[in-house]
Amino acid sequence: MPGMSAAVPAFGPALPEIIMALGTLLLVLWGAIRGERTTGQVTIGALAVLVIAAVMISGQGALKTSTFNGSFLVDPFGRFMKLCTLAGSAIALLMSSEYLERSRANRFEYPILVLLSTLGMMMLISAGDLIALYLGLELMSLSLYVVAAINRDDVRSSEAGLKYFVLGALSSGMLLYGASIVYGMTGTVTFAGIAAALKDHGSIGVIFGLVFVMAGLSFKISAVPFHMWTPDVYEGSPTPVTAFFASAPKMAAMALTVRIIITAFPGILSQWQQIVVFVSIASMVLGAFAAIGQRNIKRLLAYSSIGHMGFALVGLAAGNPEGVQGVATYMAIYLAMTLGTFACVLAMRRGNTYVETIDDLAGLGRTNPAMAFALAMLMFSLAGVPPLAGFFAKWYVFVAAVNAHLYVLAVIGMLASAVGAYYYLRIVKIMYFDEPAEAFAPMSPLLKTVIGVSGIFNVAFWLWPAPLVGAAAFAAKSLF
Amino acid sequence: MNAAAAFFYLFSGVAIASAFLVVASRNPVHSVLFLILTFVNAAGLFLLMGAEFLAMLLIVVYVGAVMVLFLFVVMMLDVDFAELRQGFQSYLPLGAVLAGVLLVELVGFVAFYLVEPGTVKQAAPAAPAAGALLTNTEALGRVLYTQYVYYFQAAGLVLLVAMIGAIVLTLRHKAGVKRQNIADQVARTKATAMEVKKVPFRQGV
Repeated sequence: MPGMSAAVPAFGPALPEIIMALGTLLLVLWGAIRGERTTGQVTIGALAVLVIAAVMISGQGALKTSTFNGSFLVDPFGRFMKLCTLAGSAIALLMSSEYLERSRANRFEYPILVLLSTLGMMMLISAGDLIALYLGLELMSLSLYVVAAINRDDVRSSEAGLKYFVLGALSSGMLLYGASIVYGMTGTVTFAGIAAALKDHGSIGVIFGLVFVMAGLSFKISAVPFHMWTPDVYEGSPTPVTAFFASAPKMAAMALTVRIIITAFPGILSQWQQIVVFVSIASMVLGAFAAIGQRNIKRLLAYSSIGHMGFALVGLAAGNPEGVQGVATYMAIYLAMTLGTFACVLAMRRGNTYVETIDDLAGLGRTNPAMAFALAMLMFSLAGVPPLAGFFAKWYVFVAAVNAHLYVLAVIGMLASAVGAYYYLRIVKIMYFDEPAEAFAPMSPLLKTVIGVSGIFNVAFWLWPAPLVGAAAFAAKSLF
Repeated sequence: MNAAAAFFYLFSGVAIASAFLVVASRNPVHSVLFLILTFVNAAGLFLLMGAEFLAMLLIVVYVGAVMVLFLFVVMMLDVDFAELRQGFQSYLPLGAVLAGVLLVELVGFVAFYLVEPGTVKQAAPAAPAAGALLTNTEALGRVLYTQYVYYFQAAGLVLLVAMIGAIVLTLRHKAGVKRQNIADQVARTKATAMEVKKVPFRQGV
């Protein structure tokens, strides 16, 4: 009875992900057979796999298709977000090895877990139904829990991993609960099917489910009121792991949030808009105020990232192609700013110990003028000072919000941005006007390159914004 | 009474009896062994219903893996079960009330069903697909690697992460531990393993 099996779906559209998975398996074998001394080789192999995946994904062009019965989508939006995610993972991985070597946590499993996590992110961005969403999310999150605790002899690292795991499991539970309610109400798990079932009317049950799904997703992008884990996990994890957390997973989770909201729930726009507006305002305000009192730069950046997720959600609240374009642009610029800032944090080393309080930066303007200038530009950019890249990121989302008549949201966002500028500028003040502390040890050429590229991107973005903004616009159109 | 009914009463009778003994036996190892017996009988009941895949799963997963783990835990942890049972009797009134509520509900429902069978909506039996002769296992096998291949492989990757994570976070190579090296053991020959000593007469070694 050969005709009775279901047809084998096309594997072609998922080829980059399949190659990533196979590459990861080969690296696992290589590491397991050759032992700990292969860490360097496995890292290089992992970078090669990421680059190959990026090349293959950029080769997909404007392809818009789906496979595995609609659970895996390929479109320009996914392509844009995947390329950003891969870039974030690769740079975070590049910056890791020196730090992990010094803190004796350089195990060959680290690059492999980063790869598996990135694979989960790819699946998340491409998810076309609730089951694929959940599997991608778990693959991403489980790897993240482990890398948070990768320095297992350090109490804070273990604590970060445990906290992240417990709260993450809770959020997964909420997401699943919401997904099951949505399935119960609509009778389908595919986003397209849900959208068709919800045409023009949403029952109270679907909104109930949507709230829970949003709660689970807010946790992953660390948006208020599900942000509590962020400062502790950012502070406790090894710094390169924090850099990874702040970049790639945020891209993927934000991409998924945009995709599920825009493609599965267009029929109940007014309902989800309220949720997104609330989460967005709460994140922006909390990110601005809670960061003021922080002494530890990783904690400060954690609150900063909470605030930035709020700003990105402003674009999503608009719910139109212009807004989604704003989100995509915002996330890409946020990625560049964050990686540059974390490269600076990784350069804060005296002898063999890494320091992470803000006061350690005192007088950097005199002891290391180049790094101080780059960090100052990154801080100005994070604050949203024109004409740096961060200003344009905020510009696009706020313009989208104003055009969608969300005036209150836009005004509160701008006020929060002004409050937030205080703590970014305080770092600049400490660097340039305080009595110099002991100079940092010279940084590796790699960190210099990352800081340099990120700094140049931020300063020179206004000269030539068209490629990024154009790509984001093209990506956004494919969702509608 | 045909054979199927006879087997049904056999399996369910043993299952109930051994389930009772799980709770009643004083020795925790006996409890675990009775639990295994319960599972095997439940698997028999599944077989009678034609759910042979579930029956196999129950044996392989629960009896083969979960119960062995239970047995390990019970044997390795020195839990004083006699002490745990102290004051067990004081829960009796509450337990009796709960059991009573369950019993009343069950009896009431069955009585109601006997009087008016129409109240209980019977789900329409799933329409048998073209291959009504397929066994469960075969039907699952036909879709697992075709229709659901993406979910199946993704779940496999999630499990791989769990395995790598457990090893990364807990495995420690201690120095000075003597491990068995099978290759070394097999490679031993008579020449390396034995030494012939000439013992002089009347002098000992």
